[in-house]
Amino acid sequence: MTTTNKLTNQEAFLAYLLRLADDRLILGQRVSEWCGHGPELEEDLALANIALDLIGHATALYELAGVVEGKGNDEDHFAYFRDDADFSNLQLYELPNDDFAFTIARLFLFSSFGYFLYEELKGAKDPQFKGMVEKHLKELKYHLRHARNWVLRLGDGTDESHQRMQAAFDEIWMYLGELFYTDEIDTMVLADGNGADPTSFHSKWKTLVEETLTEATLTVPDWDQFMMTGSRNGMHTEYLGHMLATMQFLRRSHPEAVWK
Amino acid sequence: MSLIQQHTEEQIWEFLKEVTDPEIPVLNIIEMGIARSVSYEGDKVIVKITPTYSGCPAMNAIEKMVRDKLIEQGIQDFDVQLDYSEAWTTDWMTDEAKTKLKDFGIAPPQKTVADEDFLKTLSSTKVVPCPFCDSFETHLESEFGSTACKSQYFCDSCHQPFEHFKCI
Repeated sequence: MTTTNKLTNQEAFLAYLLRLADDRLILGQRVSEWCGHGPELEEDLALANIALDLIGHATALYELAGVVEGKGNDEDHFAYFRDDADFSNLQLYELPNDDFAFTIARLFLFSSFGYFLYEELKGAKDPQFKGMVEKHLKELKYHLRHARNWVLRLGDGTDESHQRMQAAFDEIWMYLGELFYTDEIDTMVLADGNGADPTSFHSKWKTLVEETLTEATLTVPDWDQFMMTGSRNGMHTEYLGHMLATMQFLRRSHPEAVWK
Repeated sequence: MSLIQQHTEEQIWEFLKEVTDPEIPVLNIIEMGIARSVSYEGDKVIVKITPTYSGCPAMNAIEKMVRDKLIEQGIQDFDVQLDYSEAWTTDWMTDEAKTKLKDFGIAPPQKTVADEDFLKTLSSTKVVPCPFCDSFETHLESEFGSTACKSQYFCDSCHQPFEHFKCI
């Protein structure tokens, strides 16, 4: 039998939606950890708002994934009842927040990549998916503007803030290779009219990142260094399991609880 | 045969006018552009609503308020559905709604910027007039505020902090 491993378009779209949703849920959960710990009140509010947006994006994408899957699973199922190896988010998003500079560097890289990705996905065939992408893009622009402003302010700030911002980008760089990872799932979803080809915006994204770092008086780290791999197939750092334990335990303790 | 008297779609729109945004009580969900459509599938009333902000915690409350309103009006066979197909935009807000917002002390949203112009506006800041004294001498405190839909500004003329409804 040669057909057993062949993905259907429906399975590919489901996997694609879960990758997008997992990225947003995991990063949203990380950003939410700043709530009550922000460096100033306005920033505390900003990070809490951004986390809420990201978790909202994940919720909508999981809802749609549940419809595509057709087994009656809702967003809570995908968020709370899967284990670390089932998550397909990039390792980039599960890394601990470290300091404020690292959090901002990551948010800038996520939102700049997301901006170009969503510009492509706006042409999606599925009307619900297309509508979500358009909506999320509007919100993501605020995240990008906010994170970029902080990169400029901290990079071109004091010696301490400059050094921390540079250290953050140096540390995060080897996790960026996977942003442009594609496999059969991406190819199938793209061919079916719902995906995007990230190579089409690779240079635009790189230009925005490099221009921002240069304006912030930071050194662009080496693009050709060793890059991490495996995230999309469930390979994660040791940090994801710990995060999921915190995020999932209450829901799993009360699996029958309902909100409404 | 149904013994329950059916309401017209116009009547149901009237009921929805009584559902207000819990965070901005001066606006109802029609003025906000949240209620998108009312229709019948057989005897079943279908109300479609669209979320304003993805992470807006008021959405669950609004969905429940719509249900409660329909039940209060004696409608039992209904479904309130979240529709994502058209992304909500502040451009849907009527001029009347914007005036109400201003009177409530929130600077209303302006026209949204076209997507293709976004990258060019990354470093610029826009001028938002003060809702209290109409001065243009204001500055942005933070793009994020007390709710997902608002930014924080300060008026340098009348020295009042105020909120601005983001344009999305």
